[in-house]
Amino acid sequence: MSVLLIAEHDNSSLSGQTAKALSAAARIGGPVDVLVAGLGAKAAAEAAARLGGVGKVLLAESEALAHGLAEPLAAQILALAPGYEALVAPATANGKAVMPRVAALLDVMQISEIVEVLAPDRFKRPVYAGNAIQTVRSNEATRVVTVRTAAFEAAPEGGEAPIETVAAVPDPGLSKFIGMAPSPGGRPELTAARVVVSGGRAMGSAEAFEKVLMPVADKLGAAVGASRAAVDAGFAPNDWQVGQTGKVVAPELYIACGISGAIQHLAGIKDARVIVAVNSDAEAPIFEVADYYLVADLFEALPELARAL
Amino acid sequence: MKIVVPIKRVIDFNVRVRVKADGSGVETENVKMSMNPFDENALEAALQLKEAGRAEEVVGVSVGPAKAEETLRVALAMGADRAILVEADGPVEPLAVAAILAAVARQEGAGLVIAGKQAIDDDASQTGQMLAGLLGWAQATAASRIEMGEGSARVVREVDGGLQTIEVVLPAVITADLRLNEPRYASLPNVMKARSKPLEKKVPDDFGVDSTPRLTVESTEAPAARKAGVRLDSVAELVDRLRSEAGVI
Repeated sequence: MSVLLIAEHDNSSLSGQTAKALSAAARIGGPVDVLVAGLGAKAAAEAAARLGGVGKVLLAESEALAHGLAEPLAAQILALAPGYEALVAPATANGKAVMPRVAALLDVMQISEIVEVLAPDRFKRPVYAGNAIQTVRSNEATRVVTVRTAAFEAAPEGGEAPIETVAAVPDPGLSKFIGMAPSPGGRPELTAARVVVSGGRAMGSAEAFEKVLMPVADKLGAAVGASRAAVDAGFAPNDWQVGQTGKVVAPELYIACGISGAIQHLAGIKDARVIVAVNSDAEAPIFEVADYYLVADLFEALPELARAL
Repeated sequence: MKIVVPIKRVIDFNVRVRVKADGSGVETENVKMSMNPFDENALEAALQLKEAGRAEEVVGVSVGPAKAEETLRVALAMGADRAILVEADGPVEPLAVAAILAAVARQEGAGLVIAGKQAIDDDASQTGQMLAGLLGWAQATAASRIEMGEGSARVVREVDGGLQTIEVVLPAVITADLRLNEPRYASLPNVMKARSKPLEKKVPDDFGVDSTPRLTVESTEAPAARKAGVRLDSVAELVDRLRSEAGVI
């Protein structure tokens, strides 16, 4: 079964999510071709060509494709779709925006955020914020699939796939990129981080995140996350939010500080290898899922932890 | 301008979802049901646009079981002008919902559809984008800010690594993220008033849509449980365990 993987990239580099989605794509079928749609995206295409198991890289470049806008990108994928039996993308903000549009225009149902490929037509995917796992079968002519990358290992480098330039489709002219305001701080991306340190409502303020939580994150080279309660209280920006309504993370180590453990938060950290919880409430539900926990005052335990690391 | 807001009835987000022992799905008997939280944000955004004089009418549309009428009544109590219930038993997939919504949007001559960015039951996050595709309209997903212009809207989107601002040509489909606004509560007098607001009942056939699922859900299982944790007495012990036992630092 021929597969087209839609690369996640910023033109100058390829996102690590692409290599993870490639692992899933390769289990659905092969050869796997990779579409790099952008502008000045040769470097990203070259990085894709180096991934092991890639058939060829298709490079499509135009102004309209420069920022991954859904309408032109969907049109580009649709132009290539007739040659493929499966279209796969990582479930990033871009992948989640564009793939359903593609699926609808092909008149097929998409399978969102798969965590396992059982067979080329059978997949596992979480529903209800990970509180249930469905096994889904698709008989659609074209499989349109997004991949929860936290569930897959990155495909190793070692390939030398050819890069083929394909004609960019005309801009549908429906949307325009105005600007991007990146999140502050040179920290790793939450969904890709090896260690995540998160704060909850008990942090009490944005200053406490800065003064008490950041030093621990700095020592560990960690990404910083927050519970929805902390975000709603204005202690942390929304793109730090971990959970059903935020980001799903799968780090080696997750440290939950002052997070009680609402169902919707736990849904976002289920795939972490080791969970540590620090909370002054001995009854906090987070302790039920933590591998190690401390019943302690955050404002004493976290500075001590920062010193000890 | 008329704004259409899709509304889904889902298990309340505070309920701990339980998987049925026979693997046929999740327990929904005697479980509290509510409006999908992101749909509340979408409706709030539409109501604010109407209050700001940018829209004349807000229409809530739900595709679902007869009981979804209750959820639409909540939408009417929050301030939607009227509602359409497209009754369908059993699960209706995003593609069929999008096809029904596309027909409604065309019939109503809608200038904007504001939907939730995902429903918290199937977590598919497809309907808005599919609808935009079927209509050939622009789309702006995961919106945290909407500014209406002349014939266009400027939308700030929550994307990986920050906030992206785009401009979309109207008509368009915008999907709402949590930070878009703080949804209002329906006051008791408005709940009473909502009972007499117009609610039209339809079926998928009325729109020429076959709502038979395309995908087969073979089974639904509970996720693997984590083992109960170990309570430690000191930070020193924690650091030691993370180093020597877990090997993660």
